[in-house]
Amino acid sequence: MIEITGVHKSFGTLKVLRGVDLTVSPGEVVSVIGGSGSGKSTLLTCINGLEPIEAGVIRVDGTEVHASSTNLNLLRRKIGIVFQQFNAFPHLTVLENVTLAPRKVLGMARAEAEDIAVRQLTHVGLADKLRVFPSRLSGGQQQRMAIARALAMSPKYMLFDEVTSALDPQLVGEVLDTLHMLAGEGMTMICVTHEMRFARDVSKRVAFFKDGLIHEIGSPAQIFDNPIHPETAAFLNTAR
Amino acid sequence: MFETALTLSDLAFLAKGAGVTLAVTAVSVLFGTLLGVVFGTTRTLLNAWTAAPMTFILDVLRSVPLLIQLVLANAFQSIAGLGWQPFTVACVVLSLYTASYCSEIVRGGIEAVPAVTRRAARSLGMTWAQDMTHIVFPMALRVSLPSWIGLTLGVMKDSALVLWIGLIELLRSSQILVTRLQEPLFILIVVGAIYFMLSFPIARLGGQLEKRWREND
Repeated sequence: MIEITGVHKSFGTLKVLRGVDLTVSPGEVVSVIGGSGSGKSTLLTCINGLEPIEAGVIRVDGTEVHASSTNLNLLRRKIGIVFQQFNAFPHLTVLENVTLAPRKVLGMARAEAEDIAVRQLTHVGLADKLRVFPSRLSGGQQQRMAIARALAMSPKYMLFDEVTSALDPQLVGEVLDTLHMLAGEGMTMICVTHEMRFARDVSKRVAFFKDGLIHEIGSPAQIFDNPIHPETAAFLNTAR
Repeated sequence: MFETALTLSDLAFLAKGAGVTLAVTAVSVLFGTLLGVVFGTTRTLLNAWTAAPMTFILDVLRSVPLLIQLVLANAFQSIAGLGWQPFTVACVVLSLYTASYCSEIVRGGIEAVPAVTRRAARSLGMTWAQDMTHIVFPMALRVSLPSWIGLTLGVMKDSALVLWIGLIELLRSSQILVTRLQEPLFILIVVGAIYFMLSFPIARLGGQLEKRWREND
């Protein structure tokens, strides 16, 4: 379970998060929507401790992420994150990209790590690209590789940070299909996204983010069809 | 018909000088690179203020002409009673000189690795050291290699200056032959060719590596 309570975060004088509360239960898919610069992505990087926070608490399975006693490297093993930029390791083949962390972080033998990597890469439809370098892949393929790379660590939670925003429109579908598949398998996911159709179809709950706060959270039906807040309705009108 | 007084034993004499040039270069580039990696990496971890003393020393080493550094170092080690051989003095000075340039090359290479790529590595649970070893250094190496090859070739040629502290390397050997044989142009052509033969494999090796890496990009 991911429990976020009263989280504040600023970059310099810019307040990005201003008291965010959100609880994500096991198996749940939560989509976070909202305008650019509303702090959605920052929230994700706070959850796995890539960014420090100023106030509030984030707990993952009861472990306080920002406590000084927390071993972040250990905690991050169970929180996979995929970013907007594909962030492939350009000097490694697709297979090596995926096996690196299991081998070095989990201390897995090469053969075992490759078994897992092949399985995950097959899962995301890249079984024929194992020995290829990332530069030879399309954006959609690179992003699916990044998903396989995160999944190879057998995370309990997956965070997706606008994973389709940097893609050509015709490549968005293949990545969203992969996310759909994961959600169908019961993965606990938080998806920051601008894809409203996707958010509606895949999420159990949708959170509308504005000015560093969750303005409204509820079922897709509530958010998209009967939003309580006028701001939510206004945003959805511009996003459609 | 072209005639020369240059004998095979003179060529052997030149080869011996070339050996000294190679030895000084190899030792200096080896230690200079190791130090350069340490200094360059440290530099990326410190802010401008905490790095200031180190940056200052490296700046001095880069800006004072090598010849002056050699002569001063040789004089001071003598005054200090260290009793170093000219070869040792040459290697120490050239190593530090190489390190001062190499640290900038390493720093540039490390800073060229996108922060988001490092973030992705850390988000997979990799420690700082694992990120450096498996992601940052390999990626920085690809960026830095052309400059490093250039530095190595430069150090090989600059190493000729050690003749001023009495080391008989390739250029000094050629001067000795010129004085004796009075064939300066021919001997300098021969020596130039030897320098080229020493440099060429290094340049080619660099070219090969770059080509192989580019095929992956």
